[in-house]
Amino acid sequence: MSTTIKEVQVGDIGAQAASHLDGDRMALNVGPSHPTTHGVLRLMMELDGDSITKCEPVLGYLHRGDEKIAENMTYNQFVPYTDRLDYLAPLANNVAYAITVEKLAGVELPERCEAIRVLICEMARISSHLLGMGVFGMDAGAWTPFMYTFTEREKLYTLFEELTGARFTTSYTRIGGVARDLPDGWLTKVEKFVDELPKAVDEVEKLLTRNRIFLDRTEGIGTISKEDAIAFGITGPNLRACGVDLDLRKDKPYSGYEKYEFDVPIGTKGDCYDRYLVRIEEVRQSILIIKQVIASMPGGLWYAEDARKIFAPPKDKVMTSMEELIQNFMIVTEGPQVPPGEVYFEAENPKGALGFYLVSKGGGVPYRLKIRAPSFCNLSILEKLVPGHMLSDITVILGSLDFVMGECDR
Amino acid sequence: MIDEDFVRSLLSGREYLTVLHQKDCLTLACEPGSLVELCTHLRDEETFDLLVDVTAIDHGNDADVRFSVVLHLYSLIHKNYLRVHVDCSDNNTPVVPSVSSVFPAANWHERETFDMFGIQFSDHPNLKRILMWDDYPYYPLRKEFPLAGIDVPLPAADVSEVTGADVEPAPMMGGPFVSAGGGRMSETEPRAKDESWTEDMEKPI
Repeated sequence: MSTTIKEVQVGDIGAQAASHLDGDRMALNVGPSHPTTHGVLRLMMELDGDSITKCEPVLGYLHRGDEKIAENMTYNQFVPYTDRLDYLAPLANNVAYAITVEKLAGVELPERCEAIRVLICEMARISSHLLGMGVFGMDAGAWTPFMYTFTEREKLYTLFEELTGARFTTSYTRIGGVARDLPDGWLTKVEKFVDELPKAVDEVEKLLTRNRIFLDRTEGIGTISKEDAIAFGITGPNLRACGVDLDLRKDKPYSGYEKYEFDVPIGTKGDCYDRYLVRIEEVRQSILIIKQVIASMPGGLWYAEDARKIFAPPKDKVMTSMEELIQNFMIVTEGPQVPPGEVYFEAENPKGALGFYLVSKGGGVPYRLKIRAPSFCNLSILEKLVPGHMLSDITVILGSLDFVMGECDR
Repeated sequence: MIDEDFVRSLLSGREYLTVLHQKDCLTLACEPGSLVELCTHLRDEETFDLLVDVTAIDHGNDADVRFSVVLHLYSLIHKNYLRVHVDCSDNNTPVVPSVSSVFPAANWHERETFDMFGIQFSDHPNLKRILMWDDYPYYPLRKEFPLAGIDVPLPAADVSEVTGADVEPAPMMGGPFVSAGGGRMSETEPRAKDESWTEDMEKPI
């Protein structure tokens, strides 16, 4: 008996199978507790075979009502809550919040305080990007880079601990300054750290940047166009990866960023790979900024002296001097007095533009504090971005967006 | 540049616009009916193409205008912000037109504002709660909503049927919370500790 072999093209079989399955879609739920989602993001998806046809993000699993809490406590009391927004860069959140209130209160800061703030912001950026790059590699299947980035991040956390007393929840800023001056010899340690960091970044680059598997998984995946990125309000490295030159440190300098020289890396395609490249380069630029800050660290006070009604007096004065005791009492009971008005301030945080909209009707507590979380805005594009991709791309896309649910849900 | 000329040309022929102040950025008040037209103009003609934030303020139960929606726009060319206040005319059922057709970014922001304040955005493609669950009965950022929260049924009805559990207010005894600012000093001091109940002993009803 003779056998005839019919030549069939692979595409035909695929098309046959697809026509057979037409209309037979599967609902898939990812999260809220799933390693892909880096926290408690939940995605409700509709699959056609392996490709995603619909994706609906569900938020709110980490909602604490931070904005409601803010309306019920004095300005300085809210600082610890800002740690818990983007908990991978608490120092940057502290600074953004403090600057917002100071803008409304009209407090002028001494140069040293501003330099300290720039320094800690950039250290927070490095810490956040090290984590972002490490887990992104892990999402794409590469475990080793994570080990390198976490080793470095650990060193940063030791430095944070020495500066603020806490590794994670730093609460370092106060309205009108920072909590305490830099410890003796701390700057030397930071300098040593940033001198050694490029080596670790190089290692990560050697492992990932020209890695065939990594390239195949990230190039051309999750591409966001310039227009879409702006329309959906994406900010930070994710926006710059799309080729939009928006960096608030350059465009609307705050805390003396205009004094330092650095470049703003910009992507071309806006895919997952570009977002990774932009973060790598931002780490290198942050190292440059930190070196400049350390080289030009001004002396003087680390808090605004004229902000009498705002900044708590030094503890030894409270115990010995009547006036300072009264001042301390007023600040504890009534909070720093901020004049009525409204202000909006955005800082260029590692995840994007973290904005605070503050409405005051006078007195010691905010009337309304809206937190504009970059992760919240960055995630809103998922509904449009994800459909058309394969299910396995979800991990990479989410990893490349580098979001934090603590700030998304607030 | 956002200068006098810019403001004058923006206001000319737009009676629905008024300038509130220019302290930290140009702040405009806009009639709800013309919001979409204003946003389209700002995006297409004035390069304010990045909508950074939409939120609302609750001015309190006895205010003439209780809710105002606040939009923040950013221009990559001017490198500056612009704020738009929209007062809701009806205090009981506040409605504002949605700008999500102009800025897709507004979609989630407006859902959040609806979720927290109960402000309806007309023509919104998918106006439902975003942070709280769908059946949640209150609007938490309204001023009359207590900080501790209110007893509500669990979002999972099948679980609460078996366990009898519901969502309880957070115990905040001895917390660092102070009462709202303004007024006399005796009213701005920290609230006294509520000792009528503890975590072991039920709150008297």
